Amino acid sequence: MLSVENLSTTYQAPGAKPVLAASNINFSVPTGRLFTLLGPSGCGKTTTLRSIAGLERPSKGVIKAHDTVVYSSAGNIFVAPNHRQFGMVFQSYAIWPHMTVFQNAAFPLQVQKKRLSSKDIRDKVMKVLAAVSLDHVEEREATRLSGGQQQRLALARALVMEPRLLLLDEPLSNLDAKLRDKMRFELKKMQRELGLTTIYVTHDQSEALALSHEIAVMNEGKIVQIGSPRDIYERPANTFVADFIGTTNFVEGIVRGGTDDRLVVDTRIGQLNVNAQPGVSIGANVSLSIRPEDVHLSDTAPAPSSNSLFVGTVRAKVFLGECQDFKIDVNETQLLARAHPSVRTLVGEQIHIAIDPEKCTLLAA
Amino acid sequence: MAVTTPDGSTVHTSLGQGWGRSFDMKWVIIGLCIVVVAWLALIPLGFLIWQSFASTSTAQVPAVFTLENYATAFGTTDSLGLMFNSLKFAFGTAAFALVLGTFFAWVNERTNTPFKSLFFAMSIVPLIIPGILFTVSWIMLASPQIGIFNQIFRDWFGLTTPLFNIYSLTGMIWVDGLHYAPIAFLLVTAAFRSMDPSLEESALMSGASVVQVAFKITLKLAWPAILAAFLILFVRGIESFEVPALLGLPVGLRVYTSAIYDAVHSYPSDIGLASAYAMALLLITSLGIYYQSRLSSQGSRFSTVTGKGFRPRVSDIGRWRYATAGIFILYCIFVVALPFLVLFWASLQKYYAAPSWAALHNLSFAAYGKVLAYPGFYGVVWNSAKLAIGGATVVMLLTSVICWITIKTKIPGRWVLDMLASLPLVFPGIVLGLSLMIFYLNFDIGIYGTLWIMLMAYVIKFLPYGMRYNSTSMIQIHKELEESAAMSGASWFTIFRRIVLPLLKPGLMAGWIYIIVVSVRELSSSILLYSPGNEVISIMIWEFWQNGQYIELSAFGVMMITALFCFLMVVQTLSKRFGVKDV
Repeated sequence: MLSVENLSTTYQAPGAKPVLAASNINFSVPTGRLFTLLGPSGCGKTTTLRSIAGLERPSKGVIKAHDTVVYSSAGNIFVAPNHRQFGMVFQSYAIWPHMTVFQNAAFPLQVQKKRLSSKDIRDKVMKVLAAVSLDHVEEREATRLSGGQQQRLALARALVMEPRLLLLDEPLSNLDAKLRDKMRFELKKMQRELGLTTIYVTHDQSEALALSHEIAVMNEGKIVQIGSPRDIYERPANTFVADFIGTTNFVEGIVRGGTDDRLVVDTRIGQLNVNAQPGVSIGANVSLSIRPEDVHLSDTAPAPSSNSLFVGTVRAKVFLGECQDFKIDVNETQLLARAHPSVRTLVGEQIHIAIDPEKCTLLAA
Repeated sequence: MAVTTPDGSTVHTSLGQGWGRSFDMKWVIIGLCIVVVAWLALIPLGFLIWQSFASTSTAQVPAVFTLENYATAFGTTDSLGLMFNSLKFAFGTAAFALVLGTFFAWVNERTNTPFKSLFFAMSIVPLIIPGILFTVSWIMLASPQIGIFNQIFRDWFGLTTPLFNIYSLTGMIWVDGLHYAPIAFLLVTAAFRSMDPSLEESALMSGASVVQVAFKITLKLAWPAILAAFLILFVRGIESFEVPALLGLPVGLRVYTSAIYDAVHSYPSDIGLASAYAMALLLITSLGIYYQSRLSSQGSRFSTVTGKGFRPRVSDIGRWRYATAGIFILYCIFVVALPFLVLFWASLQKYYAAPSWAALHNLSFAAYGKVLAYPGFYGVVWNSAKLAIGGATVVMLLTSVICWITIKTKIPGRWVLDMLASLPLVFPGIVLGLSLMIFYLNFDIGIYGTLWIMLMAYVIKFLPYGMRYNSTSMIQIHKELEESAAMSGASWFTIFRRIVLPLLKPGLMAGWIYIIVVSVRELSSSILLYSPGNEVISIMIWEFWQNGQYIELSAFGVMMITALFCFLMVVQTLSKRFGVKDV
C-alpha cells in the first residue's frame, strides 16, 4: 500500500519565483487498488506522481510505501528513485531507441543489485513479454514498434522488476482513439489480475472513470475530491469537479423547505425536489448539478411521481445516432438534455421534462 | 542611396523605382554573389591541385607536369612518419578534448555540482586566449629548460631530470586538447539538451544508478552527436598550426601543417611539396567533414527530441559533487589561471626568469612601455582592426544574400552555392594561405603582399561561420513578411535592405562579433601571406617568439587578452540590451 501525507512540492525555476505545484496532498491507496489522479493540465497531478517516484524532491510531507518511508521531510529521508523499486510508465513511453525490445525489457534486471543469471533474466523477460504479447518481436529494434506496441513494452519494462508500486503517467494519451479504448481494457484486466497497487495519472475523465477503484480530482495543486468513480460522477463535491467530469447543468437556487430526506429548492427553472444533505438548512443559497442524461424528456406529459416536472421549448437538437442532444428553454433558462432517439418533438415545440431528485446533486459553493 | 557590394564597387539605386529596374537589380546582386563565392572558394583550390602536380619552376626551367611531389610526400618512410604523427596528434587531441568536454557537459547538465554558472563562462576562454599565447604560456610552465613546473620539482624534490616535457607528442596533445575541450563541451551539451529526459528517468526508475544511467543511456543516446563532435575536433586538431609549430618543430616532430610551413620557409622553398602535403591534409579534412555531416543528417533513428518543455532532471551525486567541482576547478587553473598568470609574471620582468623571491624584486612595467613604443605597434593593431572589421562585414553581408538565395528561393542549383560557401570548412588555415599565396604570385593583380590578400583569406576562411549564423536566423523569417512588403510596392533591393536585413540583425551582429574576435587571433593563414609592413597582431606575437623577446611577447599577450576580454564583456552587456544572439 501507499500513503501520502501532507505532501507539498515546489518548483524553483532559476531566476523565477518558486511555484507551489502540489500542496498539502493526502491520500492512501490499499494494496492491489488502482488510484487515479485526475485533473486538467497544470493541476499538479504529474508533479504528485513524480514526487512519489522520487524524480522530484518534495518540500514537505511523508510518503510511505508498504510501511517503508521513502520520503519524510521531518525525518530528512529521501530514498533515491533507483532504490525505490517502483515501476513507471512515462507518457512518451521512454523506450530506449538504441536497444532491442528484449534489451529494453531486460534492463531493470541487468542493473538491479541482486545479480541474476542470464538464463533467469531471459525467462523472466520472455514471460513478461508474452504477457503483453510482444514475445514474437523480442529481437526487433525498439524504435520499429508501433505506438501501441511501444506502450506495451513500456509496461513490460515496468512489470519485469516486480515493482512494489506501479506508476502510470498518462500512458494512453499518445495512442489513437480506437487503440486507446482497447488498451484501456487490457490495462484494467492486467492490473486486476496482477493485483498491483497502481497510481494512474490522466486528464481524461472517461479513462479515469473506467479504470479506477478510486479517483482524486485535482485542481491548482490541490486535491478537491476523493471518491469512487460513481461518487465523483454522481455526487461531485463542487462546480469544478462537476464541470470537469463530463458536461452538466448548473442550477442556482435557494432552499425553501423540505422534510428529513427531501428539500425543495426554488430555482430559475422552477421548484426542484432534491435529496436532503446534512448541513444544508432552509434559506441557504445552493448550486445544483444535473447531468444532461438525467434530464428526462418525453413528448407527452409523464405520470406524476416524486420527480420534478417542467415544460420547456426545444431550441435546438442534434441527432447523434444512439442518442439526441437537446437545448431546451425552461423559464428563459437553458438546460442541456440527452435523450433516447425515440423522442420526436421538433424544434420550437413544447417538451415535457422530468428530473429525479436522486440525480440532483447539491454542490458545495 | 548607395551600397557597397562585396567586391568593393558601389551600386546606386533609389527607393520606389520601377519593377523592371528592381528585377534587374536582384539578378545583378545575386549573380555577383555567386561569382564572388565561386571565385573565393574554387580558384585557390583548383590552383593548389594544379600546383601539386607541377615541378618547381625557376628562371631557366619552366614548370612541367610531375608526380614527384606526391612521391616525396607519400613515398618515403619519412613521409609515412609525418602522416602517422599528424593522425596521432589529431586523434589524441580530439579524444582528450572530447573526454574532458563530455565529462563537463554531463556534470553541468545532469548533476548538482556547485559552481555551475562558471561552466558556460569557461566556454569563451578559447576565444579570449588565442592558441599562440596559450601554447607559449605552457612552454613557460612545462618546458624542460625554463618550465616552472620542472623547476619546482627540481628545487623542492631534488629531481635531476625534468619531469614534464612539453616538446613532445603528449605535450602537444595536452596543450591543444585543453584548449579545444570547451568546443567539445558546447557540442555535447547541445546533444544532452535535446534528449527527452524521461529516457533517463525511466532507467533510474528501473533501478539503475546515476553512473549506470550515464553510461548505458545518456552516452549511448548521445553517441552519434559525440562521434560528430569527435570528427569536428579531429579536423580542428589536424588543422592546428600553433601547437605543432611551437612545440613540435623545435624537436623535429612534424605534422602536415608544420611540414607545409617548413617546406615554404626552407631555402629554396618547395611549393610543390607543400602543395602535395596540403592535398593530403585536404583529403583528411574533407573525409572528416563529410562523415560528420552524414552523421548529423542521419540522426533520425536516435532522434529523441519530443519538443516537450521538460527541465532536465539533475541527479544528486552526494559527496561526489566536490570531486567533480574539484576537477573543474583544476581545469580552470590549467586553462585560465596558470597561463594568464605566467604571462603576467613574465611581462613584469626585465629578463625572463621563473617566479622566485629574488625575481620578485625586479618587477617593473617596463615591458609594457617597450611594446607600446615598439616601431610599427600602432600600425599592426590598426591592420588587425581593419582586417577584422572589414572581413566580418564582408562575410556577413555576402552570406546574408547567399542564405537568402539558398533558403528563400527555388532557384535550381542553389545547393551548389550552399556547398561552395561551406567548402572552406575543409581548408586548414595554412592550406588556404598556401593556395592564395601561390595563386596570386602567378596571377598578379597587385594584391600579393598587401592587406587585401589577407582580407581575402579571412573572408574565405570565415564564410562558413557567416553561413551558419545567417541561415539559422533566415529560416525564422516567414516568407509572408517579404511578400507583404512586395505587395506594398517595395523592390527586391528595398525589401532586402528594409525587411530582411533588420530581421536578420540578431544573427548578423552575433556572427559579426564572432568573426571579429576569431580574426584577431588568426595566425595559420596570415603566416604565409604577410609581408614586412603588413604584420597583424598574431604575426607580431609570432615574431616576438621567433626573436626570443619573451618579455615583450608576454606584455603584448596580457594586453591582448585583457582587450579581448573587455571587448566581449562590453558586447555581452550591449547585446542583452539590443537583443543580439549569444556569440
